[in-house]
Amino acid sequence: MIEVQGVAKYFGRFSALRDLSVTVREGEFVSLFGRNGAGKTTLLRILAGLTRPSSGDVRIHLSGPRSPQEARGGMGYLSHNTALYGDLTAVENLRFYANLFDLALDEAELDKRIQLVGLAGREKEPVRNYSRGMQQRLAIARAFLHDPSILLLDEPFTGLDQTGTEFLKDYLSRAHGRGKTCVMAIHDAVLGYELADRILVIESGGVAMDVARRSVSLAEFQQRYRALVKERSDAG
Amino acid sequence: MPAKVWTIFRKDLLIELRTKDSLNAMIFFGIVVLVIFNFALEAIRESIRAAVPGVLWVSFAFSGTLGLNRMFAAEKENSCLQGLLMVPVDRGIIYLGKMIAACVFMLLTEAVIFVFSLIFFNLTVWREIPYVVLVCLVGTLGFTAVGALLSAIAANTKMREVLLPLILFPVVLPILVNAVEATAIILNTVDYRQLKLPLTIMTVFTIVFATLAYLLFEYVLED
Amino acid sequence: MDQRGQARLDEFLGALLFAGMILALYMAFLQAPREKTMGDLQRIFYFHVSSGITGLTAFAVNFAASVMYLVRRNRWWDHVALSSAELGVMFLSIVLVTGPIWAKPVWFVWWTWSPRLTSSLVLWMLYVAYLLVRNYVLDPDRRALVSAVFGIVAFVDAPIVWFSIRWWRDIHPAPMLETGGLSPSMRPAFYTCWAVFQILFIYLLRRRFFLEASRQEVEWLQRRADMVS
Repeated sequence: MIEVQGVAKYFGRFSALRDLSVTVREGEFVSLFGRNGAGKTTLLRILAGLTRPSSGDVRIHLSGPRSPQEARGGMGYLSHNTALYGDLTAVENLRFYANLFDLALDEAELDKRIQLVGLAGREKEPVRNYSRGMQQRLAIARAFLHDPSILLLDEPFTGLDQTGTEFLKDYLSRAHGRGKTCVMAIHDAVLGYELADRILVIESGGVAMDVARRSVSLAEFQQRYRALVKERSDAG
Repeated sequence: MPAKVWTIFRKDLLIELRTKDSLNAMIFFGIVVLVIFNFALEAIRESIRAAVPGVLWVSFAFSGTLGLNRMFAAEKENSCLQGLLMVPVDRGIIYLGKMIAACVFMLLTEAVIFVFSLIFFNLTVWREIPYVVLVCLVGTLGFTAVGALLSAIAANTKMREVLLPLILFPVVLPILVNAVEATAIILNTVDYRQLKLPLTIMTVFTIVFATLAYLLFEYVLED
Repeated sequence: MDQRGQARLDEFLGALLFAGMILALYMAFLQAPREKTMGDLQRIFYFHVSSGITGLTAFAVNFAASVMYLVRRNRWWDHVALSSAELGVMFLSIVLVTGPIWAKPVWFVWWTWSPRLTSSLVLWMLYVAYLLVRNYVLDPDRRALVSAVFGIVAFVDAPIVWFSIRWWRDIHPAPMLETGGLSPSMRPAFYTCWAVFQILFIYLLRRRFFLEASRQEVEWLQRRADMVS
């Protein structure tokens, strides 16, 4: 379970989040919508323990409440930044992270992970030579190498082609099926709607809409979301 | 803990040996500095041996700063630092791995620069070499102990490459002063017992700042 | 203390400072005896040494505030750290300017690389570097954090700098206060100057602190205004 209470984050005069409170249940898949600069990335970074909130409190419950800093090992963070070293090969990248996570993964196991994301036969090549889509696939293998129970995703579909998108979608719904908690910031309304249990819209650093997916149809959600964004951009 | 320091160190070493980006630049710059000093010291050509320790350490410090500036370059690309920060290891471990890598690169550079300085300044040394190695080792450890911390600070500012030497040199001054002093003792005297004082100060400096940086590194990486 | 109380305290300190400065000028220039060999030139000593001590006090305050910021994460401490570092640099600049003015007629050179001079200069550079770090980090939270780390590093470095170069030959007069060499007739003037400089430091520290606090309040008000609009 993730508990966010009255979290605010300022960067000088600019406030990215304002008094935001939300609770994500264990095993829940939450899609975060909102315009660029609405605060989605800041929220995910705060959940990941990468950014310290200016005020407010974040608790991550993984067999007992913890601060995001302590809970790091139980979380995986995937964004459009791949966090891969361009001059290392796929295997070397994964082995580096496996060692840091204290995972006893042998060569065969690492190869299997690479095959799983559809990069078989390229494991001995520097990542720099990969296409953007291939790098993103490897980034998926990297981010979830330690099989975290909370997946934090910031625009994870960026740069993926059709098959890559299908793959990640399939991967995420299986992870969700295995009871993993997912929080995903996304622009694509269809994808975000399909995967989610619950839809959150963040606007100007606060929760502007919070609905269970079952209670709205896709068309209805899209309409409401569009109206909300329009109203906000007219206002601000 | 040592295993993870090794993992981070090995990763940096692997990338550097594959690309040689930093080492090439560091070595070349170090040699350029030697050549420039050759012109600058033309007037005292007869007694140049006395100036060699200073020239050497200025060259080491300049090329070392170049390397330290590149230290977080690989981590910035693709936001690797973000991936690294999600790993449940103490931030101090990341510091130690990075610092040892920077230290090794600097020592490799120093070895090459030293050989060139023997040629350029016509020096003959054999007996002195173990002592020179010792001084370089302690001095470079001290230099990078502070350097790795300040490089992480500078890497997150808008003036990164420019800022590092400005904030680094005042802080590492004790290392430079004592390293020059110690090298001068080795090259210009026979009484090596005098080495004890500069070596002690450099060792104290290194221990104090390595400990301090180990503890403070997490604040520097926090966003 | 409320805002009015603070303002009242500032007024009191300002008045005290004004009176103190006039007294200090009288003590240093008229009351204190003329030095035998250096003549009136020696009178610069009262201001030179007082600023030096005050500068060191400021850096100690900066160190304490830096540590406190890391522990408490309260911007209040960051304001103290910033204010004291700026004042420390200012007082040390006075030391570095009055030193050569005195040195030229007595040593016949403006500058010499004696340990005391060199370490003062390096200390000054360390805190100029501190202000540079602050200048180049844009986000206020990060700036506070990173400069607190640098403030701690700088303060720990200072004594090592001093020990590193202290065996160089020193022509700087040995600190007469430690050796008890300061003539008793000069002591009242010196202690007056010293005390007035400390009051000056406290007064300026408070003013600089409130300026920074106001700046933060403006930032907060701007955020509120953005939120409403």
